[in-house]
Amino acid sequence: MKSMKGLALAVVALAITAGMTMSSCGDAGNGSGADSSANKGGEDNTILGAGATFPNPLYSKMFSEYNKTTGLKVNYQSIGSGGGIQQLTAKTVDFGASDAPMNGKQDSALSAPVIHIPATAGAVVISYNLPDLKDTLKLTPDVVAKIFLGDIKKWNDKAIATINPGVKLPATDIQVAHRSDGSGTTNIFTTYLTKVSKDWESKVGKGSSVNWPVGLGGKGNEGVAGSIKQTPGGIGYVELAYAIQSNMAYAKLQNKAGNFITPSIASVTAAANITIPADAKVSLTNTDAPDGYPISGLSWILVYKEQKYDNRSADKVSKMLKLIQWMIHDGQQYSAALNYAPLSPAAVAVGDAQLKSVTYDGKPVLQ
Amino acid sequence: MDTSLNNDLITRPDSMLGRVISSAKLRDAVKGIKRIKRSHRQIRTENVFKKTLVIVALSTIVLVLGIMVTLAWQSTLSIKASGLGYLWGKVWDPVQDIFGAYPFILGTLLTSFLALIISIPFSFAVGIFLGEYFPNGLASNFLKNTVELIAAVPSVIYGFWGLAVLVPIVRSFETAIGVTPVGLGIFTSSLILAIMIIPYAASLARSMIQMVPSNLKEAAYSLGATRWEVIRSVILPYTKSGLFAGILLSLGRALGETMAVTMVIGNTSLIPKNIFSPGNTMASIIANEFTEADHPVYLSALIELGLVLFLVTVVINMLGRRIIKQFTQD
Repeated sequence: MKSMKGLALAVVALAITAGMTMSSCGDAGNGSGADSSANKGGEDNTILGAGATFPNPLYSKMFSEYNKTTGLKVNYQSIGSGGGIQQLTAKTVDFGASDAPMNGKQDSALSAPVIHIPATAGAVVISYNLPDLKDTLKLTPDVVAKIFLGDIKKWNDKAIATINPGVKLPATDIQVAHRSDGSGTTNIFTTYLTKVSKDWESKVGKGSSVNWPVGLGGKGNEGVAGSIKQTPGGIGYVELAYAIQSNMAYAKLQNKAGNFITPSIASVTAAANITIPADAKVSLTNTDAPDGYPISGLSWILVYKEQKYDNRSADKVSKMLKLIQWMIHDGQQYSAALNYAPLSPAAVAVGDAQLKSVTYDGKPVLQ
Repeated sequence: MDTSLNNDLITRPDSMLGRVISSAKLRDAVKGIKRIKRSHRQIRTENVFKKTLVIVALSTIVLVLGIMVTLAWQSTLSIKASGLGYLWGKVWDPVQDIFGAYPFILGTLLTSFLALIISIPFSFAVGIFLGEYFPNGLASNFLKNTVELIAAVPSVIYGFWGLAVLVPIVRSFETAIGVTPVGLGIFTSSLILAIMIIPYAASLARSMIQMVPSNLKEAAYSLGATRWEVIRSVILPYTKSGLFAGILLSLGRALGETMAVTMVIGNTSLIPKNIFSPGNTMASIIANEFTEADHPVYLSALIELGLVLFLVTVVINMLGRRIIKQFTQD
């Protein structure tokens, strides 16, 4: 009996070792693991995607609705835009998703051209904590840049007071909050500031994470929101959807046309109603649209232009493209309920053209 | 292991002894026999077990070396780009590809050592109390389990608790002493870390103190020493290497702690001006920026940060070992 027990123990120990070695292999080749599972998962009824976290709630809703009618399974991993682009570059996913168009360095890492299809739009709002303030705060691009550069330090600064006539501003310090984790939200916000402020462009620049001159970092929208809510005099930027859901106060922002715009689903869609270039790689920040909210951005689905690679079947490719086509048309009906801005007609038109340019073995897939 | 093996041999019906004898007799009998006839199955079990042990032990070494090699290899891009200046560069700017780790190295060391200083009195007090004053009993068991539970709570819970409870308290404290009342910062992270690392030093201290031979203590008492004098001149000198090892264990935990610190440290890449300033640690910057590191040099710089953290931990551990050795030699 006892020796049996010993043997059993040894077997268990061996199994653990084997498990460990295998899992360590898996970790070493992170991508390759996902790859083999994608290929093995093999029935062509599963599409694998990875990327941006911002559109994840909307995409999940869309994929589940699409699954109900067609039975197509979509496995979307919201690992962040940068991660999504890396996975697409490594060809471990069928499509990527990103809140920022691919930059030159990312493009050069690709083995084949990738196209951008706008799938939804969102906005970044400037939220603040001024408990005694009754009206909605108005801000101009210049003031926003100066606050986040640390040049404006008090709430009753002249620059803020002149754009908010008749509003009693407190003499408290401004406590800036920003994202500590790299994010598409930061990217949209800093891209906007880079466009509207020379100082910001030279001192900080744009990116998913930047070297913030002032302020505290919070992890995720909830981290920034927590920081703003806890600190009287706090100011920070969060996604529109998050701000609406958590009832935060956010400022009206002056756009390029000079109008003060309240961020809303309508004003974000309006921001995208501009001439969109054929490659869809456009930043909506500081939009020309007169009724558009200036810190808006598209979120893209990324796929390879030539879909015949790694033994992909024509059937799977056509299923995936039909899915994306559905997302930018019928799928848009789920946007508003989840506080995402539906695509503007201009964006849908460009998306359609992009989708039709996708080929399989040199032949177009969608007619 | 040994005794169980002996028992195993003896209770087997086909072994030489055949039946169960009292254990004292049995041990003598085993000593007398040089070679015992073992069945094939026994030998096979032995071999399988021994091989398993060797494989498991070796795989840990391979794993640690593998991690180090991977880190070094993946960070070559950044090492080439920034050179040694990476270690004392004061600016971390992913936009312009300027990577200096100094603020984070400073942040990591500041939070960890501050946490250590805060936690030592508590962990030693708990260790002495449980080891010397009340080694047994319901109340002492309760305290022991509670302290050990501190180590079992996931760190994200400490982070939430810190954010919700500790930050407002620290903020009012900061207002009272006249520094900018931010609440988040190095001081708050050190407090959270201090709580998190108490059990490591405390449970080691407790078991070391319980192992002090009672004849030493009794001798001291018989010479008229008070309890405090016994603790000071018998127990502490006798257990100092163990106490130090406990501190080292705590420090190791503090250096690598990520989640709780990230939530309360304030996450700025600026160099902290004092212990109330917000800052950042190596572990938290990796956790924050890794997912969206969108160009190769940036990713490589973050991996190099991991390598630096790894090396800092190794160096501190080696220094600690040397100090323990010197302590125990006097």
